[in-house]
Amino acid sequence: MKAETLYDKLWNEHIVTDYGDGACLLYIDRHLVHEVTSPQAFEGLKLAGREPWRRTASLAVPDHNVPTRNRDSIDDPVSKKQLDALERNVREWRIPYIKLSDERQGIVHVIGPEQGVCQPGMTIVCGDSHTTTNGALAALAMGIGTSEVEHVLATQTLVARKSKNMRINVSNRLAPGITAKDLVLHIIGRIGTAGGAGSVIEFTGAGVTALSMEGRMTLCNMAIEAGARSGLVAVDDKTIDYVKGRPFAPDGDGWNQAVTYWKGLRSDPDAMFDQTVEIDAGQVQPCVTWGTSPEMVVSVHDDVPDPADEPDPVKREGMANALSYMDLAPGTPISSIRPDKIFIGSCTNSRIEDLREAARVVAGKQLAENIRQAIVVPGSGLVKRQAETEGLDRIFSDAGFEWREPGCSMCLGMNEDRLGAGERCASTSNRNFEGRQGAGSRTHLVSPAMAAAASIAGHFTDAREYISADDAD
Amino acid sequence: MHAFTAIDGLVAPLDRSNVDTDAIIPKQFLKSIRRSGFGPNLFDAWRYLDAGEPEQDCSRRPLNEDFVLNRSRYRGAQILLARENFGCGSSREHAVWALYEYGFRCVIAPSFGDIFFSNAGKNGLLTIVLPVQLVEQLFREVEATEGYRLKVELQPQTITTPSGKVLSFDVETALKERLLQGLDDIGMTLEHSDLIREYERQKAAEKPWLFPDPD
Repeated sequence: MKAETLYDKLWNEHIVTDYGDGACLLYIDRHLVHEVTSPQAFEGLKLAGREPWRRTASLAVPDHNVPTRNRDSIDDPVSKKQLDALERNVREWRIPYIKLSDERQGIVHVIGPEQGVCQPGMTIVCGDSHTTTNGALAALAMGIGTSEVEHVLATQTLVARKSKNMRINVSNRLAPGITAKDLVLHIIGRIGTAGGAGSVIEFTGAGVTALSMEGRMTLCNMAIEAGARSGLVAVDDKTIDYVKGRPFAPDGDGWNQAVTYWKGLRSDPDAMFDQTVEIDAGQVQPCVTWGTSPEMVVSVHDDVPDPADEPDPVKREGMANALSYMDLAPGTPISSIRPDKIFIGSCTNSRIEDLREAARVVAGKQLAENIRQAIVVPGSGLVKRQAETEGLDRIFSDAGFEWREPGCSMCLGMNEDRLGAGERCASTSNRNFEGRQGAGSRTHLVSPAMAAAASIAGHFTDAREYISADDAD
Repeated sequence: MHAFTAIDGLVAPLDRSNVDTDAIIPKQFLKSIRRSGFGPNLFDAWRYLDAGEPEQDCSRRPLNEDFVLNRSRYRGAQILLARENFGCGSSREHAVWALYEYGFRCVIAPSFGDIFFSNAGKNGLLTIVLPVQLVEQLFREVEATEGYRLKVELQPQTITTPSGKVLSFDVETALKERLLQGLDDIGMTLEHSDLIREYERQKAAEKPWLFPDPD
């Protein structure tokens, strides 16, 4: 039999029919639904007189638009209308739903793995580009648009064309105190935001297998920021241990059967990739973005680059635009940039490990005077509870952080958690686009440890300065 | 969905790469539960000088005269000429709805974000990939010539420039058929209902843990 990549295996396993022109009808095992990209899909279903194909394959949760401070009432009437629409739709169509007041509520890409709803070998879709997060479980996980949300609801399938196989092989291990977020920012800096375009990226190598499941999720989460259709990490013991015992995970005979199958979810040794990029994890430094695209990234020890050094005229203009928007001059040391606000959260970095990483830096210290606001938004109610059990909430509160309820929050600022025009934020989220965190906002993407270090120092600085050697791993 | 057969339209050049869907339609407008109403907020942060909020009367807002779509020579443009990686970022289909409602029927670029490209095809917005050099040449011609129009015809897959030069472009067969006829692909997929059910029967036997609950 022909050697296959992990992506080939996942793809072939889910073909309902091959249309022969490159497009296939793919079966979708899990469909995650949230309030922002679903209302028009439910409406379309209704107008066409159609029914959901398989209700129990879906799970809905509100996350993008929810308040993170006070959950008793939703003040913004437009947000409320959208949240009400989700409740109405899931009730009408009997879609499994985790409501806002449920402790399990959280960011859709955090709760999918946390609940065991997302499992290895599945096809998983959601009307959100960061669905790629779930690829850490060796599942084929893809973001889709609203028309496709409707298509999946109505047919449990997607018409899709196979992407190319791309491998990013990370040799060696990250230095102590360097995180998965630094790794993925480093990768995007190397290959660019279109570097993975038209491909599914499998992350391989010692630097990837050494990561925890949470770290792998951070890595796959930002595969979309490299332009890829999805990101993948092969199954190993960590994957299986992670899934075991979760509420929706298989049990009994089903578990044994599943594990036998899951263990084969890796690329064959001689499988062919269309493209391979080699990364040395040992070279990865703490990263900080300086511009308005995730590829505009350098080490915290570097300076803001000079557009004059860029030979490509389109890129040069892009850099100049970005610097003007960010109000930064070429040659400015990254470590002299002073954020106004700190955001620790988002589907990239709001899992328990992320909060522990930030708390380790913050412990026993105070926010710097120039920090106007610092918020921690856990990825789910269960992450929040776990953090509180460990006393992390106290560490953050004592340092001057606000400890919030779970949601997407300031990653995209759909709720009231936004930056003002001109405000600069050290953010653990995934996009530093113009206006992403609020009109005129300036975002610097960093790891949780780096955001925490900036909150204490008042400027960007190598987080390892705040972590004792025994703690750093 | 809307069909696309051919247009002869004014071209507007958007000369920046990596135009993301947050820029095409900022997040505050995603609170709408409708499919329409996004046109006035297309490129909101670039197009207006004030901060845009949902349900505003945009006709009274101060325009950023420097933004290309606000220049009188590009008013009524139906074809957007763009750079690499247009529509990258968020999966929001609202970006396509906004472009369509504004009046665009076609976007030409060297590359597109994957999800945006797919969303466009479901809404009758034709996305054409041309080599970088050709796009560069079109940028030069558009900027040099007021009233520059292109004739885009889907059936023969051609773009005709004002000087009569004909460029050809690729489009997937299935997408082309759907665009030409304005077909809803859910209806087409449901014609394969038997195959979907057969797939489910087979997998439920092979991998029962994937089908824990009867629907």
